[in-house]
Amino acid sequence: MSDVNKDAPVLELRGVTKTYSVKQGLFGAPKPLTAVNDVTLTLGRGEVLGLVGESGCGKSTLAKILLGLEAPTQGEVLVDGERIDATDRRRLARRIQPIFQDPYSSLNPRKSIEDIVSLPLLVHNVGDAASRTKAVREILDIVGLPARVMQTYPSQMSGGQRQRVAIARALIMKPEIVICDEPTSALDVSVQSQILNLLGDLRSEFGLTYLFISHDLAVIEHLATRVAVMYLGRIVEEADVAGLFDQSRHPYTQALLKSVLTPDPGMGVPDTELGMEYPNPIAPPPGCHFHPRCPAAMDRCKIIAPLPIPTPDGHVECHLFDGDGPEPVRSIS
Amino acid sequence: MADMATDPLLADITGPTPGQMLRKRIFGHQGLLIGAVVLGVLVLVAIFAPWLAPHDPYAQSLMARMQPPVFLGGSWEHPLGTDHLGRDYLSRLIYGARVSLLIGTVAALISGVIGTAMGVAAGYFGGRVDAVVTFLINVRLAMPVVLVALAVVAIMGGSLQVVIVVLGLLLWDRFAVVMRSSTLQVRGREYVAAARAVGCSTPRILMSEIMPNIVNNLIVVVTLEMAHAILLEAALSFLGLGVQPPTPSWGLMVSEGKNMMLFEPWMVMIPGVVLFVLVLAINLMGDGLRDVTAPENRS
Amino acid sequence: MGDTLLTVRGLTINIPVGGGTLHAVRGIDFDVDRGETLCIVGESGSGKSLTSLALMGLLGGRIDRRATEMQFDGIDLTRANARTMRALRGDRMSMIFQEPMTSLNPAYTIGDQLTEALLLHRDVGREAARARAVELLEKVGITAAASRLGQYPHQLSGGLRQRVMIAMALMCEPELIIADEPTTALDVTIQAQILRLLVDLGREMNMAMILITHDLGVVARVADKVAVMYAGELVETGSASEVFNAPMHPYTRGLLRCIPQPGKTERGARLGTIPGIVPSLVGGVTGCPFRTRCDQVVDACRQAIPRRNPGSGNHEFRCVHETGHRMAEESPA
Repeated sequence: MSDVNKDAPVLELRGVTKTYSVKQGLFGAPKPLTAVNDVTLTLGRGEVLGLVGESGCGKSTLAKILLGLEAPTQGEVLVDGERIDATDRRRLARRIQPIFQDPYSSLNPRKSIEDIVSLPLLVHNVGDAASRTKAVREILDIVGLPARVMQTYPSQMSGGQRQRVAIARALIMKPEIVICDEPTSALDVSVQSQILNLLGDLRSEFGLTYLFISHDLAVIEHLATRVAVMYLGRIVEEADVAGLFDQSRHPYTQALLKSVLTPDPGMGVPDTELGMEYPNPIAPPPGCHFHPRCPAAMDRCKIIAPLPIPTPDGHVECHLFDGDGPEPVRSIS
Repeated sequence: MADMATDPLLADITGPTPGQMLRKRIFGHQGLLIGAVVLGVLVLVAIFAPWLAPHDPYAQSLMARMQPPVFLGGSWEHPLGTDHLGRDYLSRLIYGARVSLLIGTVAALISGVIGTAMGVAAGYFGGRVDAVVTFLINVRLAMPVVLVALAVVAIMGGSLQVVIVVLGLLLWDRFAVVMRSSTLQVRGREYVAAARAVGCSTPRILMSEIMPNIVNNLIVVVTLEMAHAILLEAALSFLGLGVQPPTPSWGLMVSEGKNMMLFEPWMVMIPGVVLFVLVLAINLMGDGLRDVTAPENRS
Repeated sequence: MGDTLLTVRGLTINIPVGGGTLHAVRGIDFDVDRGETLCIVGESGSGKSLTSLALMGLLGGRIDRRATEMQFDGIDLTRANARTMRALRGDRMSMIFQEPMTSLNPAYTIGDQLTEALLLHRDVGREAARARAVELLEKVGITAAASRLGQYPHQLSGGLRQRVMIAMALMCEPELIIADEPTTALDVTIQAQILRLLVDLGREMNMAMILITHDLGVVARVADKVAVMYAGELVETGSASEVFNAPMHPYTRGLLRCIPQPGKTERGARLGTIPGIVPSLVGGVTGCPFRTRCDQVVDACRQAIPRRNPGSGNHEFRCVHETGHRMAEESPA
C-alpha cells in the first residue's frame, strides 16, 4: 500500500480554492460560495485517490477544475510538474480524461458509438479514418464490447454497456489520469462490479492514475490506495486506505464509516451521532465547519478553524489532534 | 451447456436505432403525414406553376370579367372563374402559391438564422451574452409585429422583397426563446462536458454536440414561423401594404374580392380556403414533428 | 408476529407496449405480518416498484393487474373499488417515495400537506390536525417543528424533506408503510439516520413495512423478511439471516459476490460478476428468467421451475437444482 509516491507526483494541487458568487432572490446581493477551500493534494503515478464526501461538499467542482473545465480562483494545479492553466487545453486533454456518473447523459444520443469513441482522435488529428476505426475497435475490445456495437446508438444500449463506451472514450487517447466521478452509482449492483473490475484491470494494464469520486465507501475501500475526505470544500482527512479505514481520525470520517451498511443481517442500522444540522455551503458555520454536527465538538471548535495536522500517512484537520488537546484517537465502536 | 444462441431471452443490443424509431414514429403519425402530403402538393404546384396554370395570371380580358367558377355554373375555360379584370382565378391562385411559400420560407430562414444564433449563444455562453439577448428578446416582444410591419412598409413602400425582409427581421423572437432554453438544457449534459474535456473547440461543440440535439425544436419553430409569416403577408397585402398588384398573392386576391364579397362570395372564399389549407398543413406538420422528434432516450 | 396483515398470491402485472405485452411481474406470492419489515430487493426492471404501486392500487389504467388473492386485513384488494382504495390509502396504508424533491407539492406549505390526509380520513379539526403534525415532526427528529409548518418544501434540505415525507406517511398511524427506495437519493450519513428512524418508528407503532430497494446493505440491516426479485419473479424468499447467511439461488449468491464487503472482500481483489443483461420480458417468458446469466444453467432451466425449501423456516427459492448448484460440478460459493 505504501510503495507508491516514490516517483514525482503526477498530479499536484496547491492551495486550490474555487469561489462562486451565488445570487439569492431577484434583488439579493450575490454571496460568495466557497465550493473548494484551500485544497492541497498530491497524487503519485498509479495511485487511486478516493475522494469521499456528501453531496455539495465540492467533490464535483474539484473534478471540474482538474479537467480544466473550471479555473480555480486561487492556487495551482500541476500535472507532471506543469501548471495546467499554462498548458494548452488540448494538451491537458491528452493527459486527463473524465468518466462521468450518468451513462445516460454522458453520451450524445445523436451520435453512433464509433463517432463518440473516435471524437478525441478526430479532435487531436490522430491518424486517418481507417486507423481511427481500427483504434476504436481495439479500445472497444479492451473495455469488453464487440465491434458490432460501433454502428449502434446509445439509446440501444444498457447502462453498463454505455458506461463501457464512456470508458473507451476516456482511454482512447491513452491518458495518464482518469477522473472517475461516481462512475458506478447509476448502475445496477450486478453491473457495478463489472465496471469496477474493468477499471481495476485497466489501471494495472495501462498504469493509470485515478481520482475516484464516490459516496460509496465500500467501493472506495475496495479500489482506492489513498483516501481524501471532503467536508464543505475542505479536505478534512487524508490517509492511506488502510490507515483511513482501520483507524480513522476525524470524527466526520468516523461518522461516514459508521454509516456504511454492510450486508450483515442482525446488526441493525448504526447511529451516526451526527445530529440534524445540515451544512449550508453559502453560510458555513464559524470555526470548524463540522462542529455543529460533531459529537466531539469542544468550545474552541466553534471559534477557531483547525489547521491541517500532519499524520504519518497524510493529514487531518481537527482540534482533537492539536498538540495541547486531549488524547486523540477515538475508537470506532 | 444449453444452446444459448437461440434462447429468446438473450439479446445484448436492445431496440432499433434512433433513425429507425424516428421513421416508425413518422409513419405512425397521421397528422404529420396529412400535413406533409398537403404541403408537398402545394410546393409542387408552386414549382410547376408555369406548366400547371391554364392561363397567364396577368392576362386581362375585359370581355370575360367576373365569370363564376364551374361549380357555380361557369365554364371549364376558367375552372375557378375570373376576377374583376378578367384574369383567370385558378392561374392567379397557382402563382399565388409561389408568393406565399417564398415569403414563408425566406422569412422563416432569415429569422431562423438570427434567432438561432442569438438563442444558442445566449444559452451556451450565459452571463452577459445571455443578459443582452434576453433584453433584445424582451424589446422585440414589446413591439406589435403587425403595427411595426405596417409602419416600415408604409415608409419603404410595399414590395415582395420589403415584406420578406421586414418579416424576416421581426419573427426571430420565438427562435431565440426556444433555442436558448433548448441550448441551456443540452449544455448541462455530461457529453458536452466530455467533449470539452477532450479538447473540442467551442464551434465544434456547438455544431456537433449541441445543434444535433436541438435541431428537432428548431424544425418545429420553423414550421410555426412559416405559417406565421404567410398569414402576416396575406394580412399586409389585404391592407394594401404588402405585395403590390398585379403580383398574384392570396392576400391581395382576398383584398380585391372584398368589394364584391356580398355578390360574389367565392372571390374571397377561394383564396381564403387555400390560405387556410396551407397554414393548417404547415401547422399539422409542425405539431407532428414535435411529437415524433422527442428525444430517443426518454423511456 | 404471526398475525398476517397482507397476503399476496399470484400477483401478475402485464403492460401493453408497442410490440406486444410486457410481462413485468409474473405470479409472485408473499405475506407481511403486523409489525414486520419485508424488503423486496432487485435491480432496475425487476418489477419491484410496480409491485408496490399495485398494492396501493396506483397503477395506470392501461396496466393489467391480476392476482389470485390479495388481502389487506381481511379486505379483498382484488375486488376493492376505487372508493375503498381511497379510504385505505393514506389512512391504513401509506407510501414513501424515492424522490423527496418531487413527491412534496412545492405550492403548499409543509403544514398543509401534513394535515391533508388526516383531515380527509379522520373527523378532526384543523387545530388538532396541526398539533398532530407538530408531534410527528418532532418524532421524526425535526427541530422547531411548529415553525416548520408554515415553510415550503424548497426551504428544506433533502434529508429534512424525506423526514417530512415520513411524518406525512405516519399521520394516520397506518398499519402498513410501503417505502420505495426511500434513501437512494440521500447521502450515506443521512441514509443511516432515516433508516434508523424508520425502523424505530415501525417498532414503536407496530407498523408493518415493505421496503423496496436495490441496496443489499440496507436490506440486511433493516429486513425481517427478504424477497429477492429478478425479472418479475421472486427467486428467493426467507428471513434476512437465511437469505444472507445461506443464499441458495444463483442470483442471490451472485449479487452478494458483486458488492465489495469491508472486512470480507480483499481490497483490490476482483469482484464477482453476473455477466449479461436483464432479459426482455415482452412476449412469452418461460422457464427461469435468470438462465441467460446463470453459471449453473442446464437444459431443464427452460421448463417450469420448482420451488425448493432448503429446510429451515420459510426459506424458499426457485431453481431446477436442489441446492442451487449444478450437480456434477460444485462451483465455489
